[in-house]
Amino acid sequence: MARKSSTPAKVVVTAAAWGIGFLIFFPILWTILMSFHTEGDAIKSPFEMLTSPWNFDSYAEVQTRSNYSLHFFNSVVISVGSTLLALVIAIPAAWAMAFVPGKRTKDLLMWMLSTKMMPAVGVLIPMYLGFKNMGLLDTRTGLVAVMTLINLPIVVWMLYTYFKEIPGEILEAARMDGASLRSEILYVLTPMALPGIASTLLLNVILAWNEAFWTLQLTTHDAAPLTQFIASYSSPEGLFYAKLSAASTMAIAPILILGWFSQKQLVRGLTFGAVK
Amino acid sequence: MGQITLNAVRKSFGEVDVIPSIDLRIEDGEFVVFVGPSGCGKSTLLRLIAGLEDVTSGGITIDGTDATELPPAKRGLAMVFQSYALYPHMSVRKNIAFPLKMAGMTPEQQEAKVQSAAKVLNLTNYLDRRPGQLSGGQRQRVAIGRAIVREPKAFLFDEPLSNLDAALRVNMRQEITELHQQLKTTMIYVTHDQVEAMTMADKIVVLNAGRIEQVGSPLALYEHPANTFVAGFIGSPKMNLITGIEADKLGATTIGVRPEHLDIVAEGGWEGVVGLSEHLGSDTFLKVATKAVGTINVRAGGEIKLSHGDRVRLAPQAGKVHRFGPDGKTLA
Repeated sequence: MARKSSTPAKVVVTAAAWGIGFLIFFPILWTILMSFHTEGDAIKSPFEMLTSPWNFDSYAEVQTRSNYSLHFFNSVVISVGSTLLALVIAIPAAWAMAFVPGKRTKDLLMWMLSTKMMPAVGVLIPMYLGFKNMGLLDTRTGLVAVMTLINLPIVVWMLYTYFKEIPGEILEAARMDGASLRSEILYVLTPMALPGIASTLLLNVILAWNEAFWTLQLTTHDAAPLTQFIASYSSPEGLFYAKLSAASTMAIAPILILGWFSQKQLVRGLTFGAVK
Repeated sequence: MGQITLNAVRKSFGEVDVIPSIDLRIEDGEFVVFVGPSGCGKSTLLRLIAGLEDVTSGGITIDGTDATELPPAKRGLAMVFQSYALYPHMSVRKNIAFPLKMAGMTPEQQEAKVQSAAKVLNLTNYLDRRPGQLSGGQRQRVAIGRAIVREPKAFLFDEPLSNLDAALRVNMRQEITELHQQLKTTMIYVTHDQVEAMTMADKIVVLNAGRIEQVGSPLALYEHPANTFVAGFIGSPKMNLITGIEADKLGATTIGVRPEHLDIVAEGGWEGVVGLSEHLGSDTFLKVATKAVGTINVRAGGEIKLSHGDRVRLAPQAGKVHRFGPDGKTLA
């Protein structure tokens, strides 16, 4: 049933929604605004900054000082690579949990989720030493592996909930039709769960792209993604607000654009199964 | 070929024995119907034959070879599900061709088989549609099409008509029977509807609480029910089961008389008052409250003009009274 609301109430609610939206977006907006000014202007009062001349100097400087395309490439490899790898592992896992659950399936799912509750810094030393001994420090392979493991619980959980929505009889029909397990997953389950898989993929690309703990700890240059690229402009030697803002803008732009174009898919995917 | 044997098949879910032990032999080309009330284990039994459930103990052989441990895909059986279980993301053509693709046939072979199946099932104009764009009856036909293209050893039907409306159900029932006559392949059909069982089966298997109550042809079950359960389950309207003095008189614990085997007589018999009369044109169903045997159902001719409150006398036809012992089994 639609709830009736008076016009003033609607105005208040709308204004509040815009207010909150603006509040959330403000840091990003300010970062973008700062990036178009010189270092000197960037630290002036907001009014002075906005009225000072606009230019692309910070972007030019960032381009000459660091290798944006290398970091961008690393970010793409790490986020997309780890997500695809996680999907390859998680699809069969979620299939098993959704369609042939054992006694401990629920416990297993909870345990997987519980690993996300642990502070990452708690395992920094063993991870770092392990990476060092295996020669994985500052390698894309190492980062892809870490990101895969970090996001695996979420990927499995999301796929599990999507798979639970698929009627088991359809998979049984596939089995009766002579499909092997591989064909059943490849030709029946995966296409049916495609919307769910797509939103899982998008969300995890975003999560992996934004991850800034392990990427900062385990990389220096060669495998450094855009998070490291941003961090390199916040040095203790001095304030580089404008350049830092330019770097940040360049780092978040791709994922912001991806999120903007896929927001319909993301919202649909995240609320999938919530309403029947 | 499609000869299936169940040897002491047992199935339990945890502590619960759903099927304690079943022995059954299904001959090649037979149309066998598993019938029973809901929860009697008939669908479980079908799923055991299909391989979708593992047997707890016992064995299943298909055409003489042990299939107990074989996965569903290797048993050479086809199944039509209650929900049709069509692949929603595939066109009708791809749905029907799926088992052929799984069998490794070339696209040309697949297309030829799909076309001939579609012709048989009147689906030729719908091949490019998705299941979501079809009516219930058409979806059912696609499910059957998907089953017949594989040329299986046997077809398994799990209450395939229960989602259809009454008129369509009668049509599809006839179509499936005709299909059986045409293909001459073994069919195992699960239903809770005894009319479907009676009209379609060569052999009916009546199940109750995981046990086989009786196996036989529809008429054999109708004429010689082995016990009160089968007597009450087979036949519509239900057989009147009577206990008390009238049963004692015949040396039985329970006697059974079918509504169609009661005659309205002028003298003698059981006297009673008509409570309800339903005139169907061809038949009249009466519910009569008698002193001697309680309320009983009568199936009389369409021309009978009786209504609420009329007094009648009823007498069972000679030789049509079934006698059951204290254990519910038929007395010789």
